[in-house]
Amino acid sequence: MTPRTHEAQDVQALVESGFSKLTEACFLLLRVRDAAAARVWLGTAPVTTAADLHRHVPVAMQVALSAAGLRALGLPELILAEFSAEFLAGMAGEAQRSRRLGDVGANAPEAWHWGGRSTPDVLLALYAEPGGLAALRASTATQAFAAGFTTIGDLPTSDMQGREPFGFADGISQPSFDFAGRRTPGTDADLAYGNLLAAGELLLGYPNEYGRITDRPLLDAGCPGAALLPPAAEDAGRRDLGRNGTYLVFRQLAQDVQGFWRFAAAHSDAVGLAETMVGRRLSGAPLLPPSAAPIRGVGPDPDDIGLNGFTYAADPDGRRCPLGAHVRRANPRTGDMPGGVQGPLAQAIRMIGFAGAGDPRDDLIASSRFHRILRRGREYGRTLPPDQAAATDTAPMPETGLHFICLNANIQRQFEFIQNAWLANAKFDGLSGEADPLLGNREPFPAGQATDGFGRLCGLPRFVTVKGGAYFFLPGVRALRFIAGASG
Amino acid sequence: MTPQSAFMVVAPVRAGQIAALRDLLRTMTWAPGQADPDNALIPFGRCARLHFARLVVLEDATLADRAAVGAPAFGAPVSLAFLGECDGPAEAQLAEFATLAPEGLRKIFRHCETLDDDTDIAVWMRAHAVAPATFYVNWVGRTVRQIHEEAALHRALRARLLTLPADMPALAARADLLDYVAAEQQAGRLPLSPPEPTPPAWQLAQALHAIWVPLLLVVLLPVFVLGAVPFLVILRQRERTDPAIWPRPSTPHAEALAAIEDFDVSNQFSAFGSLKPGAFRLWLLRFLLWVAQYTTRHVYVRGRLARVGTIHFARWVLLDENRRLLFASNYDGSLDSYMDDFINKVAWGLNLVFSNGIGYPRTDFLVLNGAKNEQAFKYYIRRHQLVTEVWFKAYPGLTAFDLARNSRLRAGLAPAATDEDAARRWIALI
Ligand code: HEM
Repeated sequence: MTPRTHEAQDVQALVESGFSKLTEACFLLLRVRDAAAARVWLGTAPVTTAADLHRHVPVAMQVALSAAGLRALGLPELILAEFSAEFLAGMAGEAQRSRRLGDVGANAPEAWHWGGRSTPDVLLALYAEPGGLAALRASTATQAFAAGFTTIGDLPTSDMQGREPFGFADGISQPSFDFAGRRTPGTDADLAYGNLLAAGELLLGYPNEYGRITDRPLLDAGCPGAALLPPAAEDAGRRDLGRNGTYLVFRQLAQDVQGFWRFAAAHSDAVGLAETMVGRRLSGAPLLPPSAAPIRGVGPDPDDIGLNGFTYAADPDGRRCPLGAHVRRANPRTGDMPGGVQGPLAQAIRMIGFAGAGDPRDDLIASSRFHRILRRGREYGRTLPPDQAAATDTAPMPETGLHFICLNANIQRQFEFIQNAWLANAKFDGLSGEADPLLGNREPFPAGQATDGFGRLCGLPRFVTVKGGAYFFLPGVRALRFIAGASG
Repeated sequence: MTPQSAFMVVAPVRAGQIAALRDLLRTMTWAPGQADPDNALIPFGRCARLHFARLVVLEDATLADRAAVGAPAFGAPVSLAFLGECDGPAEAQLAEFATLAPEGLRKIFRHCETLDDDTDIAVWMRAHAVAPATFYVNWVGRTVRQIHEEAALHRALRARLLTLPADMPALAARADLLDYVAAEQQAGRLPLSPPEPTPPAWQLAQALHAIWVPLLLVVLLPVFVLGAVPFLVILRQRERTDPAIWPRPSTPHAEALAAIEDFDVSNQFSAFGSLKPGAFRLWLLRFLLWVAQYTTRHVYVRGRLARVGTIHFARWVLLDENRRLLFASNYDGSLDSYMDDFINKVAWGLNLVFSNGIGYPRTDFLVLNGAKNEQAFKYYIRRHQLVTEVWFKAYPGLTAFDLARNSRLRAGLAPAATDEDAARRWIALI
């Protein structure tokens, strides 16, 4: 059984579920037209919570707000300023952030469909069982809704039966969370890779992997309306606007399905090459055998162990799974120390840097547990089987890709770190000249060195192009009601 | 083998000249903070022995913290620091700058006190030179020339390798590559210069230093034993009461810092702040930096500072009559990765030194907690960081890992007899 959040009625359901049975979905990007009317609507919006998940939910609605949105709704600046700096600046708000995320060249925000020049205020995510989305949309489009919001974007999705548009099984590896707070992070057990994370890596208001609570807005109890909010865990005298909320990162990533498979087909074993780029088989099967020791947070379900019970420790040279494969970059499955759990003496020798000497690749990659995300994306457009996509006589496809969504408590340390230090970084794990084979923007370094290699190949075309994106706050239900009640 | 040195010139900026100085420094860059190698003032690109260089105005935004902990105010100057790392002696590098760019240097340092139209710039710079208390070099003896030659070797080998069939046996591929390198060298391309002879004076100084520091420590051992308990009592009392000051850095400051980062694979880092008042912290810090200097001269000389392999150079400099400390480094990756290394790999080392600075997040027994308080530490560091006006790196696009890998690649040219496995491992480096 998946562990459950404690205050389930306060947690938006997306935190616990990807709504895999609700195969129809769309994402509405909204601008606040009238703050008062918008707040009225948000105050009663039928948001699906984690508590609803124990029964049959035919439809679901989730609400997330950008910094611009919180401002437009009249949240006082002093409170707003306590959200994280990257949330306030926004995904496309600063040239330096775009540089770090690889959003330059063809990925530059200026050319995005949305989110580049201005950020939507609200993200409304609607999910429904097959055939149910139209009715859900209609029931949402009330007069009260129209009085408060203008819809500036309407992002459809497609059900690709658990595959992403290139054809690979997706949503296989996810961190699990210790909502019950049973594990103490930072013990010797963490010297080895584990998949069980502190709740504070996902939800604001709970201890994170450092045993600390991530910064978020705390209000004086006397603040108007603050009584609605839960008390802060570290200071009962203050009220916690973040608790049970999380940051939602949204990126619209267009995938060139034909380009991808045509490139692969130019090599002898197209599927094999594509699989090494991803780091899993089309079916989702891993490229590595299961590790001997069980991994905390994987299993007990045997399928989960089969798919996720491995690390890369036994494959240091990337012979089975290339060092630069997408999944190996996105989660290198490293523990706090190379070599994993070891005696105190070996640990001390490691600590002062006397182990693994001689091999410059030793100890290059950061420990995974500080850099994990919970992915909740949805596909859009159309997919084609590899052989058809590779055929040169097929008609061009409509824009297809992934509405990449992930949840995390610290955008900078989780999503941005993965995107920058692991995926976009052409020097990851001692490689030179290759960024993520799926996601790389292929832009050379300022001094001219290429980043478009993959192992012995070079000149990889760009397979994925960023078309939009924004950082949102997915509030707890009480926080949403508080924001809805906020008077400017 | 040619050892590397740290040069640094520091002088107070004249009253009212800071803005003008910053405007002038900006003309040396091609993007915010990034030195144009051919800039008109100091054409860094023409200095063959120069690894890194930077110009940074030491304007301490955390000066007010002194009052909060009862540290005496002092006429803290805003200084300009010109510092960098080079092959061979620092004095020679400064002399080269003075010959190469006397007018440019004069234009810059005219904003500083005591430089007049008739002062000799070379003499003046020598008079204002400051040595670091601790200086770390990623790989002692690796010269700029070697770096460029080995990078060219790597490029050539990679280009050649891509022309070979992927399924070619490793030994055959290696034979082809070696032939190719030999032919290139015959043709006068791909030079790989042998190392210069090690300066005997440096060697002697190293050998003496290697012995006398441990000797002195042994002699002082009884003092340490006797002093341990009182030391711990004082330390614990202070750790409990020293105020921690780490407000979130202001948005404009954080933005100005980020604006000069991540143009290339490496970044610069300059941080500045006041020492905690009193003799206890000062002497503790001096002792720790002295011990650290021993490790960076004799232990951490081959690619790693403890567990961290991404730092090219780092230095700790005491300034203003030991009231303030400057930390300056050149590292690979983004600041987020650097912080991750700091917190998760070497928090103990950072705590040892920086916990003697005003406002540092609380440590226990000098090594515990401190940087492990992730958010506090990140705010603290960012707030103490300075906006480096001009930063130069002689080998853009290359990480410390690349440099070590290229050296291994070169070393791997030599052995004649290898087996398939060894050949495969060597080729994997390419
Ligand atoms: C269109 C773009 C992308 C495609 C086609 C794609 C595809 C995939 C596939 C096929 C998997 C393997 C299935 C699984 O383990 O669940 C995967 C895993 C993963 N991806 Fe992506 N991905 C994309 C973008 C991203 C981005 C932008 C990020 C993060 C910044 C990301 C992070 C991850 C992570 C963390 C995993 C799990 C790795 C693990 O735990 O082993 N992906 N992706």
